[in-house]
Amino acid sequence: MYGKGIVKGLLVTLKRFFETYTDDIKHGKARYYTEEGVAYRSSPETRGLFTVQYPEEKLITPEEFRFIPFLVYDEKDDGEQAIRCTSCGICAKVCPPQCIWIERTSDPKTKRPVPEPKNFYIDVDICMNCGLCAEYCPFDAIKMDHDYELAVYDRHVNNIYDKEKLLKPASYYADIRPLNYTQEEKARAEAAAAKAAKAAARAARQKKQ
Amino acid sequence: MSESLNSPGYEIPDELQGTVAITTLDRIYNWGRRNSIWPMMFGLACCAIEMICTAASRYDLARFGMEVMRPSPRQTDLMIVSGTVTKKMVPQIVRLYNQMAEPRYVLAMGACASGGGPFKEGYNVVSGIDKYIPVDVYVPGCPPTPQALLHGLIKLQEKIDQQSLKEVPWYKKAPSEPIPVPVLGPDIMDPRDYEKIKQFTLQPVTPVQEEELSA
Amino acid sequence: MTEQTLTPTLNLEERFGDWVTPDTRKGYEGYLVAPEHLIDCAAALRDEFGYDYLASLTAVDYLPDGKMEVVYHVSQSTGGAPLVFKVQVPREDPVTVPSLVSVYPGAEFQEREAWDLMGIRFEGHPDLRRILMWEGFEGHPLRKDWKEAYYEEDTKPFKSRWPAGQVHRVEDTLPFGKNVKYPQGFDPEKWTPVEEEALYASLKRVPADEDLPTEQLIVNLGPQHPSTHGVFRMAVTLDGETIVDLKPVMGYLHRNHEKIGERNTYLMNIPFTDRLDYLSSLSNNFGYVLAVEKLMGIKPPERAEYIRVIMAELTRIQNHLFAIGMFLNDLGAFFTPSLYAIEERELILDTFEAVTGSRMMCNYMRFGGVARDFPPGQLERVRDLAFNRLPAIVDEFDAYLTNNEIVRARCEGVGVLTPEQAIAYSTCGPVLRASGVPYDLRRADPYSIYDRFDFDVAVRYHGDVYDRYLVRMDEIRQSIRILQQAVEQIPEGPVIEGKQQYQVRVPAGEAYGRVEGPKGELGFYVVSNGKPNPWRYHVRAPSFINLTALAEMCKGNKIADAVIILGSIDIVLGETDR
Repeated sequence: MYGKGIVKGLLVTLKRFFETYTDDIKHGKARYYTEEGVAYRSSPETRGLFTVQYPEEKLITPEEFRFIPFLVYDEKDDGEQAIRCTSCGICAKVCPPQCIWIERTSDPKTKRPVPEPKNFYIDVDICMNCGLCAEYCPFDAIKMDHDYELAVYDRHVNNIYDKEKLLKPASYYADIRPLNYTQEEKARAEAAAAKAAKAAARAARQKKQ
Repeated sequence: MSESLNSPGYEIPDELQGTVAITTLDRIYNWGRRNSIWPMMFGLACCAIEMICTAASRYDLARFGMEVMRPSPRQTDLMIVSGTVTKKMVPQIVRLYNQMAEPRYVLAMGACASGGGPFKEGYNVVSGIDKYIPVDVYVPGCPPTPQALLHGLIKLQEKIDQQSLKEVPWYKKAPSEPIPVPVLGPDIMDPRDYEKIKQFTLQPVTPVQEEELSA
Repeated sequence: MTEQTLTPTLNLEERFGDWVTPDTRKGYEGYLVAPEHLIDCAAALRDEFGYDYLASLTAVDYLPDGKMEVVYHVSQSTGGAPLVFKVQVPREDPVTVPSLVSVYPGAEFQEREAWDLMGIRFEGHPDLRRILMWEGFEGHPLRKDWKEAYYEEDTKPFKSRWPAGQVHRVEDTLPFGKNVKYPQGFDPEKWTPVEEEALYASLKRVPADEDLPTEQLIVNLGPQHPSTHGVFRMAVTLDGETIVDLKPVMGYLHRNHEKIGERNTYLMNIPFTDRLDYLSSLSNNFGYVLAVEKLMGIKPPERAEYIRVIMAELTRIQNHLFAIGMFLNDLGAFFTPSLYAIEERELILDTFEAVTGSRMMCNYMRFGGVARDFPPGQLERVRDLAFNRLPAIVDEFDAYLTNNEIVRARCEGVGVLTPEQAIAYSTCGPVLRASGVPYDLRRADPYSIYDRFDFDVAVRYHGDVYDRYLVRMDEIRQSIRILQQAVEQIPEGPVIEGKQQYQVRVPAGEAYGRVEGPKGELGFYVVSNGKPNPWRYHVRAPSFINLTALAEMCKGNKIADAVIILGSIDIVLGETDR
């Protein structure tokens, strides 16, 4: 019969229309404006209304999500910031569009490089969010941020991020990437322990001699 | 109506609470405009796909009154420059911008449209559409996620809120000047730069200039 | 499909005598053909040896040797490894090579590209104009001695970034503040643009009819047009509403991937490949790492192979969903099918985001593996998608689209491409298979671990728009089948061997890595000279080459059908223009 295909198509649309209501009844209030509601609407089980009402609701950002890089600093007990970056330059060398500029500090007396960057810039208008800098940093010093709400009215004053703007505490990093953080901390602790053990062994050897 | 619309600083007597609304002309004018921005159906590159996703059901631009995407520049208020602007494309973009009716806004979506992005060094890439047309909001990211784009659009709405009927250029007497359309020559040429180009190409090059050019 | 030994030991010297010499450079393969015998040689390869499919044509500038080389990869449409032959000519202007359009019509656009970017003049080409840049552009940018306005150094990393990284925007240091440069003695006011005239002169005119004189009409669709899927343009000559001739105009999104790719290190190119076909970045990653792995002679661990296949098939599904949605948009079913398709695509993108870190620009594969393993819960999510969600959704799509009378009336018999034409024009992917040629690289020249999975090559026989739609539907089902097998069989283990280095050592040589991307054969031709940066990096882009057949498909159809024919090819401009 001519027109059967069209009727069938309309029925599918109608089914989708009603699913929104049946799903609402099934899940009740928890479907909207709650984290589990958003999680449900992003799961393969979801039916019916699919919209996430940004900015009131936000999609759950997965741990691996990457946007603009940031620099990690450890907070010491006395409140001082210990920047992890040693300005070794690997991120600048690996950056595909070459959007990272690092100025190395030198000790004014000895003229030897100091393991902390004097300046660190990222041109956000070039950065391609690829995450290679974070992946290849040997000191876990540069990581990819989750913050994507960065729209500005003037890029010329805002969009070259300097060290001040890039620095974020390790606690923030632990907050956005808990799994990676614990894994890295474990590896660092192990490395530190191994180093200490080695030093102790060497000291013991020296004592013997 | 939102709270901000209905509180221009005049006291409403108690007996009239809830029955009258007082606003200013600016507020109601901007309220109408900010909630009915029609973007141009105009996609350039990767970001355009995210723009389509933003218009689709999960992010739903219709919640902001922006779902009416028009392919014709005459009917649009907002140009979302979504992707890498190439030299070959820039004359068309400038022409489209000129054809848009005031009030018009431009949102540079993504790193490429803002400042050239990862392709900046390329020989056919324009390092930022703001070299040719004025941009109102820049959204960083490569590509910005749909939520990042929505954030940029909310920023644009905030910008519209700040405008005042007294100052907006489109009610001024003088017509706005169209932007000269770039020409495809041996390289892209902005008619505004012709004098400067001639300075460099037609005059004999001094050694200092040569150094400058090669640097 | 016939299973045959896939690497035949061809002795071309026996057949061609001194027309050909084996390429004996270290790391290179194939034959060098004398330019004067090129056409005869190619015709014999096509007719006698069955190499009827020109997979890729590209050029390499060997500046230190003073040579230009044109590289041809041909395959048999019945399957098997490709055969490489090359033509070397001295690097003195004008560089001329005979055109192969008469033997392989699919060479048309690829030769134009080589002329545009490398400045190789193909003698006998019917319409040798620039294709990605515009007529009148100064120079041929892929030549090794050509420098862009923002030129900093030949290769990355640039020294100005570290250790004394004085931040600046490169335009601020240049006289015009823009990415431009002009030749000496150039006067902009005396310049007349030549681009459009050259284009219109190349269009065929309506044959004059003595009884009924009609006026010819040239219509431009695009570059700003809702149906062109981006910044693509078609210049069409019309007789009434019937298309007489059509020329695709592209380059509006030419982002210089190849020039940038030669400045980049090998690793840096991976995120750039994401942005070729931005709808299916993982397939692009796959093709590129395969090519470089071939050069390096390494293989990924077992688990990584499975992850690659899972990701590539998910990519294919979401790409086809999007393609079908947009195709229905072109048909006039504005946005409802797209909305449904994008909804499913979003669910797949969520997986991409959780695993790779980004929705679209995944940057996930590495040489010798993948960047990271699945985070907890994601494999189960893929399983859920593959077994429960996606099959039901495809059935639903089928229910409301496939037998819809309007879809059938608009699509059946429109834009027909015969199997012979499809092969001759080097079309690939769903376009080729809808014309009845069962050529799918996953079967024809298996790579990775595709030989372990049980699936059918989707093929249809009418070669029209409707069949291209059906092939995509079939492919989604087959991809789901592969996914179901892969998530069941995936072993435990590492996803990459050893500690990753940011500077990989790639021995000198050439490699052509190809995968069956969602759009068709996606090839990467990489030439290494042993340095950290590739000497040549060429992308055989399926969307670009499929467009060679667009004019042929459109001729004789109505102008309204040009839109859906273009939609049925499913082009992505990032890949077409690169």
